[in-house]
Amino acid sequence: MTASLHVLKAFGVTIRRFVESYLDDLKWFFKKGFGGRYTPEALPIRQGVHGRGIFTVQYPAERLPLPERFRGFPFLVENRCVACGTCARVCPPQCIWIVRATDPDTGKPARRPSEFHIDLGICMQCGFCAEMCPFDAIKMGHEIEIASFSGGASFLWDREKLTRPVAYHAQIHPTAYAEEQAKKSAKEAKE
Amino acid sequence: MADEITPQPVDELTTDLLARFPGAVQPAPAPWQGLIVTRDRLVEVAIHLRDALGYRYLSSVTGVDYPAATDGLPPRFEAVYHFYRPTGGPLVLHVHADRADPTIPSLTPVFPSAGFQEREAWDLMGIRFDGHPDLRRILLWEGFDGHPLRKDYHEAYYEEDKKPFESRFPDGHPVRAEERVPLGNNLRYPPGWSPREWRPVADVWGYAPHDEVAQQKSPTHPADRLVLNMGPHHPSTHGVLRLLVTVEGETIQKIEPVMGFLHRCHDKIGERNTWLANMPYTDRLDYVCSMTNNLAYAVAMEKLLSVEVPERAEYIRVIMSEFTRFMNHTVSIGFTGNDVGIYFTAMLYALEERERILDLFEMVSGSRMMCNYMRFGGVAHDMTDQALTLARQLAFERLPRFVDKLDDFLTDNEIFRARTVGVGVLPADVAVAYGCTGPLLRASGVPYDIRRAEPYSIYDQFDFDVVTGENGDVYDRYLVRIGEMRQSLRILQQALDRLPGGPVISSKPKATLKAPAGESYGRIECPKGELGFYLVSDGGTNPYRYHVRSPSFVNLAVMDTMCRGHLIADVVMILASIDITLGEVDR
Repeated sequence: MTASLHVLKAFGVTIRRFVESYLDDLKWFFKKGFGGRYTPEALPIRQGVHGRGIFTVQYPAERLPLPERFRGFPFLVENRCVACGTCARVCPPQCIWIVRATDPDTGKPARRPSEFHIDLGICMQCGFCAEMCPFDAIKMGHEIEIASFSGGASFLWDREKLTRPVAYHAQIHPTAYAEEQAKKSAKEAKE
Repeated sequence: MADEITPQPVDELTTDLLARFPGAVQPAPAPWQGLIVTRDRLVEVAIHLRDALGYRYLSSVTGVDYPAATDGLPPRFEAVYHFYRPTGGPLVLHVHADRADPTIPSLTPVFPSAGFQEREAWDLMGIRFDGHPDLRRILLWEGFDGHPLRKDYHEAYYEEDKKPFESRFPDGHPVRAEERVPLGNNLRYPPGWSPREWRPVADVWGYAPHDEVAQQKSPTHPADRLVLNMGPHHPSTHGVLRLLVTVEGETIQKIEPVMGFLHRCHDKIGERNTWLANMPYTDRLDYVCSMTNNLAYAVAMEKLLSVEVPERAEYIRVIMSEFTRFMNHTVSIGFTGNDVGIYFTAMLYALEERERILDLFEMVSGSRMMCNYMRFGGVAHDMTDQALTLARQLAFERLPRFVDKLDDFLTDNEIFRARTVGVGVLPADVAVAYGCTGPLLRASGVPYDIRRAEPYSIYDQFDFDVVTGENGDVYDRYLVRIGEMRQSLRILQQALDRLPGGPVISSKPKATLKAPAGESYGRIECPKGELGFYLVSDGGTNPYRYHVRSPSFVNLAVMDTMCRGHLIADVVMILASIDITLGEVDR
C-alpha cells in the first residue's frame, strides 16, 4: 500500500481539480444564476491568474478578449496610403503587391495606390508592414476567422476588401490611435 | 567538461598553433575570424585542440559556398568549425576545398558531434567529408538531385536571388505562386519515365546500415532480428520523425533517427530574405520557444552590427527568455508524462500554465507562439503596465505554486520512477563528445550552461544556479528541468524587481539594413540547449550565409547510445527526455 501512496496523491490532484470545477460553477451560479460561469464577466476571472477548476473556453460561443497588439491580418486604414512601397519591401514572404497610381493631369506618379493586393494565404502575420509604415496606413487587424471553402485564390484580397474606416482602427487600437493623434497634433502645433 | 587546462588568450594560442603547424595554419584575412587550416593537417590540428588545448566541444560545423574569388581567396567551398572550451572560445577554423571536387577530411572520428552536422553539410552543400563513417544525406532523401545550398542552385518557384523582389512595387500585379506551377492542375511525368518501372537508384529507404546488425543471430534469443519503422509521425507525436529500429524480441539493437520530413531549407530561405525579414522565420524553428529563437538571431546580428542594446530591453529579453524556458520545460515534462502513460493529466496541467504565459506573450508581442518580438538593438514594443502586472503575478504567485504541485505529484510517483530511473543513461564523456547541450548534458553531470560559460545579454547580473544531475538517465533529466524551472523563476523575480526605465530599442528598425562584411556566430542557452546562428555578410542587405545550429538536431545523435538494450516502450520515453522539436531538427 505504501508503495503506491504517491500515485494516490496524483489521483488526488485530479479529483481536487474535478471538485473545484463544480465549486466554481456553483460560485457563479449564486452570483449570476444558471450558466453564470459563461457570462462575459466571469471569463477574465476564470482565465485569470487566480482561476481554478476547468480551463476550457467554450469557443465560438465564448471568446477570449484580444489584446490591443494582437496581430491578425493586415488591413488598410482608409485614405492614408501614399504608395511608398515600404510595406512591400519589408514583407518577409513578399505577399504585398502595389501599383502606384499616375496623376491623370501630369502623368507623374501620384501619392496613392491604384491597386493594393495582399495574399493572405501566404501572409505570415509578422506585423512588419504595420511596424514600418511611416504613414500609419497599414495596421494589423483583429479578424481571424477568414476560412473559406473556395481556397487559395479567395485569400488574395484587393484594396476594397482590405480597407477599413479609421473608426475601426481607433476602436481596436485605442492606445496606439491616441498616440498617433497626440503625435499629429504636436506636429501641427509645431508648424 | 572539467577544465584542467589553464586558459590562455586566443592570440597566444594562435601564435602557438602557427609555430606548431607551420604552413598548415594561417590567420584568416579580415574581416574573417579565426584560422585557415589546410585540408591535410585538419585532423591533426583538431586532435591537438582537443587533447592539448582543451577545446573539447565542437559546437558547429557548416559549409559556405564562394563561387567567385573574394578577398584574395580563390573560388572555393569552405567548411567552418566553431570550437569551444568550458570557459572560452570560440576558435573558428576555416578549411578550404576545391570547388570542382570539394573534399575535406572528416572530423567525426575525433569529434562525434560532427557526425550529423557533416552529413548535413554534405547533403545541402555537397562537401564530401573523407573518412566519415556514414556519409549519407540526412535532411533530403537519397534520390534528391543536387545540393540546395550551393549558390547556383535554384529552388522551385525561384524568383530572384534577393528579396525584396522587383515585381512587387511600383507596378506589382499579383501572381500567386500556385498559378506558376509548370504542370498546371495535372501531374505529368517527363517523357520516357514511368513510376512503375522506376527502381530506386540508391538506398532510398535507408535500410542498408541496419543490414549487418539485423542479420546477426542472437545465441540467447530464438527469433530473428527485425528492422522496424517507428513513424514517420508516431514517436509519440513530438513531430514527424521516423525511427529506424533493429530489435531482437523487444530489445533495441540499433536505432537511427531519420529526419527531414519538415525540411524547408530554412538556410536557403534565410539567404533570400533581408536581414530583418529573417526574424519571423526564426519563430518557426522551434515553435515552442520562439522568444529565445528571436534572441539568438538578434545576438548574432548584434555581434555583426556592433549595436548596443538599452538596459530595459535587455531586462525584457531576459524576462521573455526565462518565461520561455519555464514554458518549454513545463511542456516537456507534461509530454514526458504523456509518453510514460500518465496520459493527459500532467500534460493538461502543463499546458494550462503555458496558456497563461502565452497570454503574456500575446499581450506583449501580439502573437502567442510566433512572437517576432526581438529586433536588432532591442525589442519591438515596450511591456505595458497590464503585461507587467500579469508577469509579476505569474512569476511570484502562480508559477511557483505550479512547480511545487508538479514536483509534489510527479517526482515521487512510483509509476513515473519505475519508468524513468535508470532508463536511457548517457555518460558524461559521451554527451560532451557528441556535442549535447542543455538539460540533456547537465543531467549527465556536466555543469555547462552558456548563460554562465559565456554570458550574453545581462545574465552575468543575476543570481542563479546551474542545475545538474548525477546519473544522466531520463529521471535526472526530469529533475534538472524541474530545477531549471525554479532557477528561471529566481531570475524572473530578480529581473521584474529591478526592471529599469528607458527606451527599449537603440534605433528604429530599418526596412533595408546593410550589415558590414564579416562573419559572426551568436549562441545562447535556449531551453533545449545551445542555439547558434552562424551568419556571413558580404556587406549587403541580405545574408550571404545563414546557418542555424539547432540543439534538437545535434542532441538527436545520442539516441543510439541511450536506447541500446532498452525496450521499444522506453524509446518513446528517451526521445521525450531529449526534448526535441521537429521544426528545429528539420529546419
